[in-house]
Amino acid sequence: MTVVLAVVATTAAVIGLGVGEIRISAVDVVRTLVGETSPTLETVVTQWRLPRVLLAVMFGAALGLAGAIFQSLTRNPLGSPDVIGFDAGAYTGAVTTIILAGSTSLVIPGALVGGIVTALLVYLLAYRSGVHGFRLIVVGIAVTAMLGSLNSYLVLKAPVEVAQMAAVWGAGSLNGLEWFEVRWGALSIAVALLVVVGAGRQLAALDLGDDAAAALGVRVERSRLALLLGGTALTATVTALAGPIAFVALAAPQVARRLTRSAGVRMVPSAAMGACLLIVADLIGQHAFPAVVPVGLVTVVVGGLYLVWLLVRQARKEIHS
Amino acid sequence: MTLEAIDLTFGYSARPVGEHVDLTIEEGSFTVVVGPNACGKSTLLRALSRLLKPSAGQVLLDGKAIQSMGSKQVARRLGLLPQTALAPEGITVADLVGRGRHPYQSALRQWSRADEEACREALEVTGTTDLADRLVEELSGGQRQRVWIAMVLAQQTGLLLLDEPTTFLDIAHQIELMELLTRLNREGRTIVAVLHDLNQAARYGTRIVAMRDGAILAEGAPHEVVTAEIVERVFDLKCRVIDDPVSGAPLVLPLGSIDSTTSMSPDAAP
Repeated sequence: MTVVLAVVATTAAVIGLGVGEIRISAVDVVRTLVGETSPTLETVVTQWRLPRVLLAVMFGAALGLAGAIFQSLTRNPLGSPDVIGFDAGAYTGAVTTIILAGSTSLVIPGALVGGIVTALLVYLLAYRSGVHGFRLIVVGIAVTAMLGSLNSYLVLKAPVEVAQMAAVWGAGSLNGLEWFEVRWGALSIAVALLVVVGAGRQLAALDLGDDAAAALGVRVERSRLALLLGGTALTATVTALAGPIAFVALAAPQVARRLTRSAGVRMVPSAAMGACLLIVADLIGQHAFPAVVPVGLVTVVVGGLYLVWLLVRQARKEIHS
Repeated sequence: MTLEAIDLTFGYSARPVGEHVDLTIEEGSFTVVVGPNACGKSTLLRALSRLLKPSAGQVLLDGKAIQSMGSKQVARRLGLLPQTALAPEGITVADLVGRGRHPYQSALRQWSRADEEACREALEVTGTTDLADRLVEELSGGQRQRVWIAMVLAQQTGLLLLDEPTTFLDIAHQIELMELLTRLNREGRTIVAVLHDLNQAARYGTRIVAMRDGAILAEGAPHEVVTAEIVERVFDLKCRVIDDPVSGAPLVLPLGSIDSTTSMSPDAAP
């Protein structure tokens, strides 16, 4: 299944590299990538389009992975980082720095700090001799709602041009991202992966409940903290560089689970699914409409429908059981 | 494989559930822990299995302090089935049982032939081989519980701790499970189970530990512990104890106050 997803993502990537104001055939795209090409093609493909495609794949995978981690830890398909407040917190951090600095120059550290502080806050508020999934979600949703109103207030009080910058950042987009972002994004995601891969093996045991996991030799709180940190770092990286891209983390693990028919959400298929979702969503955002639409809007529309479906389904299940 | 609690004080944040508890689980025994609700049975089980750090005293596993042992090292000797175990949605029986092999795996050592063999055996012993490809959520309560036991058996530990394994099962499945545990015990495993049913405890256990308010009030063979006097002290329940005509084990008959043909005091009985 993961192989199929990789093929889909690769195909979408080639399309993404070829399609645009200058159309390039798939053959030429591949040729350019292996270095047999003209300088013009080189500029268009490697300089202009490749960073965006790489970012879509990287960020999509990071979000899918983060979603798998949080949903697994909270044992709830709603327990994804965008639902439990990290995006809202990152946005608060970003808007604050935009207002204070009058430009987007400090947006990356601002969003990182905002996201991480919110994550810590949610974790601490939900902590009562260990963190339990449902409490984390409820606290997260409450914090998201409060930050949402704070964000609206900040944007309304700000001067028009600042508000505009904040709104553009808040839509979540891969527009204007270049090799600079690819490098930093890759570095930051690589560090997070080190943390996550170490603790990730414990997820299979953690899925059985805390006591059962501990009885199987898992150091529960330590593994959970490592996974939370890793997952937060993955989400924060994406949000800091591209703005909040909602619903990929929410949908990817669940779609992947249904496609692979696996038990519980799994990390690798979720990451592959996330990469697919984001690169396809970005293609749609770039080319399906008269003007370029931020990918965050596409994922919100698609993901919003998915969320409604998920909520209805869960509500029905709870009524029946 | 012995498990010992020495002067153990355990509980949750500042509030001790049990204080100065001494207990020895003898090798090869089938020890059943009984006691009223909230007497600390499950908490004791958690403390014995290292899930809960005692605030004083210690637990010795084969003579070594369990807190000083690595968590995987402990998990290879002592298996625990908690009440709170959850089956992830969409998991198959074989997959769930396979997760019992976690303590034997690491980043470098993935699924091996020994894992395969341990799971096959665990499924066979619990009579769940035919269920291997089924989804856990589709099973009946009795089947599901046997699958969980198989998961713990796949851990290949000489010592099994089970927290109320028969809760939610109907009487036939309760007996089926108790006989499975007895069989496992006779094949050489040391078993500790928390149970609610005194009569099942007396019939299947080789040793009974009776707890109340975090303390052990009585401990010993079923005939020594399951007596009218001790049952009343532990549960505040007046009863008569007779010999079970089927198994010869002590059988508790609560006197109650309604429709009782015997008067409240056993001495005054005709």
